[in-house]
Amino acid sequence: MATAASPQIDASFASDTESRWQAARRTLNNALVITRREVNDSFRDWRIMTPILVLTLGFPALSQFGANLMLNFVSQYGAELIGERTIPFLLMIVGFFPISLSLVIALEMFVGEKERRSLEPLLATPLTNLELYIGKTLAAMIPPVLASYVGMAVYMSGLLFGELAWRPQPMLIVQIVLLTTAQALLMITGAVVVSSQTNSTRAANLLASFIIVPMSLLVILESIVMFSAPDAESPNGIFSLWVILVGLLIGTALFMRIGTRLFNREVLLSSSLDVINLRWIGRTFWNHLRGRDRPGLLGWYRQEVFPVLRDLRHPALIVLLAAVAAMLGGWMIGQVSDLRLPADVAGDSATMAANFREWYELGSNPTSVLFAVWQNGRVLLAATLLGMVSFGVMSVVLAILPFGILGWVFSQFGLLGLDPGVFFAALIPHSLVEIPAIFLATAAALRLGAIITRRMRPGQTVGEVWLAAAADAVKVGIGLVLPMLVLAALIEVVITPLVVQAALGG
Amino acid sequence: MIEAEGLTKDFGDFRAVDSVTLHVKQGTVLALLGPNGAGKTTTVRMMTSILTPSAGWARIAGYDVTTHPEQVRAHVGVLTEQHGLYERMKALDYLDFFGRLYHLDTATRHTRALALMERFGLSDALGRRLGEFSKGMKQKLALVRAMLHDPPVLLLDEPTSAMDPQSAKLVRDAILELRRDARTFILTTHNLAEAQLLADRIGIIRQGRIIAMGTFEELSRRIVGVPMMELRLRLPLNGLKDEIGDLVEVIETGERWLRYQVTDPEATNPALLRRLTGLGVDVVTLSPLQESLETVYLRIVEEDEKTHGNGSLSPN
Repeated sequence: MATAASPQIDASFASDTESRWQAARRTLNNALVITRREVNDSFRDWRIMTPILVLTLGFPALSQFGANLMLNFVSQYGAELIGERTIPFLLMIVGFFPISLSLVIALEMFVGEKERRSLEPLLATPLTNLELYIGKTLAAMIPPVLASYVGMAVYMSGLLFGELAWRPQPMLIVQIVLLTTAQALLMITGAVVVSSQTNSTRAANLLASFIIVPMSLLVILESIVMFSAPDAESPNGIFSLWVILVGLLIGTALFMRIGTRLFNREVLLSSSLDVINLRWIGRTFWNHLRGRDRPGLLGWYRQEVFPVLRDLRHPALIVLLAAVAAMLGGWMIGQVSDLRLPADVAGDSATMAANFREWYELGSNPTSVLFAVWQNGRVLLAATLLGMVSFGVMSVVLAILPFGILGWVFSQFGLLGLDPGVFFAALIPHSLVEIPAIFLATAAALRLGAIITRRMRPGQTVGEVWLAAAADAVKVGIGLVLPMLVLAALIEVVITPLVVQAALGG
Repeated sequence: MIEAEGLTKDFGDFRAVDSVTLHVKQGTVLALLGPNGAGKTTTVRMMTSILTPSAGWARIAGYDVTTHPEQVRAHVGVLTEQHGLYERMKALDYLDFFGRLYHLDTATRHTRALALMERFGLSDALGRRLGEFSKGMKQKLALVRAMLHDPPVLLLDEPTSAMDPQSAKLVRDAILELRRDARTFILTTHNLAEAQLLADRIGIIRQGRIIAMGTFEELSRRIVGVPMMELRLRLPLNGLKDEIGDLVEVIETGERWLRYQVTDPEATNPALLRRLTGLGVDVVTLSPLQESLETVYLRIVEEDEKTHGNGSLSPN
């Protein structure tokens, strides 16, 4: 195939017979060439090394001193518990400070290189995008994580072998080390995403606040868990930290997926969020919303709205499964004795029937239609907005909460021996329209939130893809969900009361 | 060695490169000339598989830029518009790093780096950090980097910009030597004298389109028309114009010189010299009277401006 290739050049490429393992090893070897250079470069940069040294040696020693001081102080007042809980909390802080530098290194490594124009020669080498991504991600991670481990070791060594002779629960230490590593991973993978979308360090630093602020909040949450656990070895406390760890790893996986999609030569050389082009945003969104051919209303439904439903099949299936799981979860929670409805609160069937009648008499007026539409609409809008900043996860969580509650209510009917007929009568008529509307809206929100994790066509930008998905969500929202919510509200106000009345025996 | 057909690149609504077609034979140099923002760098980036073409195709050293990007990049040495060196690294470490990326073994990396550094007069700077290099030294080192893996194709963006005349000559000599060694080049440059000196063919790109392509003589003929020859004599003309009127059409005369147009110089000039020898006229020089590349380039660009206007590129 090659006309003038030197044998050395050709030998450096994968042959067709290369196994997956060999390919992975080659990828890693190539990536490590980048990592080695970048790590060496970081170690030569006093701006990185000075804070790392201070945070690795100075800060842990100070924290150790502080921990001793605090423990002695609170012991005087019989509050040893506070001191005991502070020691692991400080360990976490000692570990977190150096890894917060990983964000700076990652941004410097990607955007800094772009800004200094040293990225293009690298992009002109035979390295694959994945090799570049892995190489740079590892390089951003290694110095701060090493510093973090050393810092934690320095901190703990004084407490373990010093006067205090601290004996922590080993699993808690393992969790803190794992959480620290996972936090570094999440920040770096997030930084890669941020870096690939901007051309200046200034803009990247501003965007990085979207990573560091939630991460700081997470550290606060972790410290609350550590402080408020019933005791230092509490399974509840420890379990919560595992949940946070899993959450961090899921977030990292999502960021890695986005990162590997975005970390390509095309995007690196052309993308920029530095300038907000409102006119382009408006035009692109409007073109997607209206459709290029400017169809009439029926044409718009046929050409623009219904085809979106095909793209919503998978998200809708996820929402459906999540809703079923939430109902089952609600039902199972309802079985736990602590969470059951007390028999005297539930009353009897007659009281319940009276409550239902009163409720529907109150709700059977025209303004209730608007209220019902507004109520559902704002929840779905909130779910969409939350989904936009959580890869769609929060939109699903918010939308399935009522299904969890329904599951719990069903379980109470069974446990208290109440007649569920009235309950079903009060739900089913309008739910036949309302639930599909909720599923559609949530599926569109999930797709919008998760769209950036999907592979893009060559030449497509994240902005274009996202705006198209946003336009699709609005199409479904205006074209289908809103009319369905209005119809559901009308049924709820006009038909459901009649059905409930019939169920109550007239 | 380098082929491109209908190569197009769109950035959103903006068409940066529009249906570029070019063929560069092995062992030849193509100079791409054009105003700033004409699409030269984007074309080069597509040829190095850094950017994916929106339409069309290109093959470098037999590899398609879209389907075999890694192989394309392995067979191409690129000198980017901005040399972009790692300022904290030492020169030899820097070359060693890039040598590794091109999968060169340790001995080859070392030998080639030393040889190229010597060739470009950088031997004394091997252990110096790149931040201490002058602009010209950085440019030369970037060129060494591009040549390190001995690629069959070199794409050089402004190879001698920021260089002193001596260094620029070193680079030009290196290009000519590599060309003799069957290396293929695309140069993008604003230095028209350099392009004229080095290039076998010249492409002029404007608003993403190739508006002219050919040898300098072909482009010159397109602008100036039939080539003009200048004949200089030792003695005054003394009615010589009439003596040779049947062979050539004399356009201008001076006391001891005359200029004539010739459509077939290979047939006409030897006949003319024979006639002059027969008449006992002493010829001092006989040379083609050429327009400079600058004049040709400016005329071609001007012509295109008149035809296609000076506005932004057409949206797709």
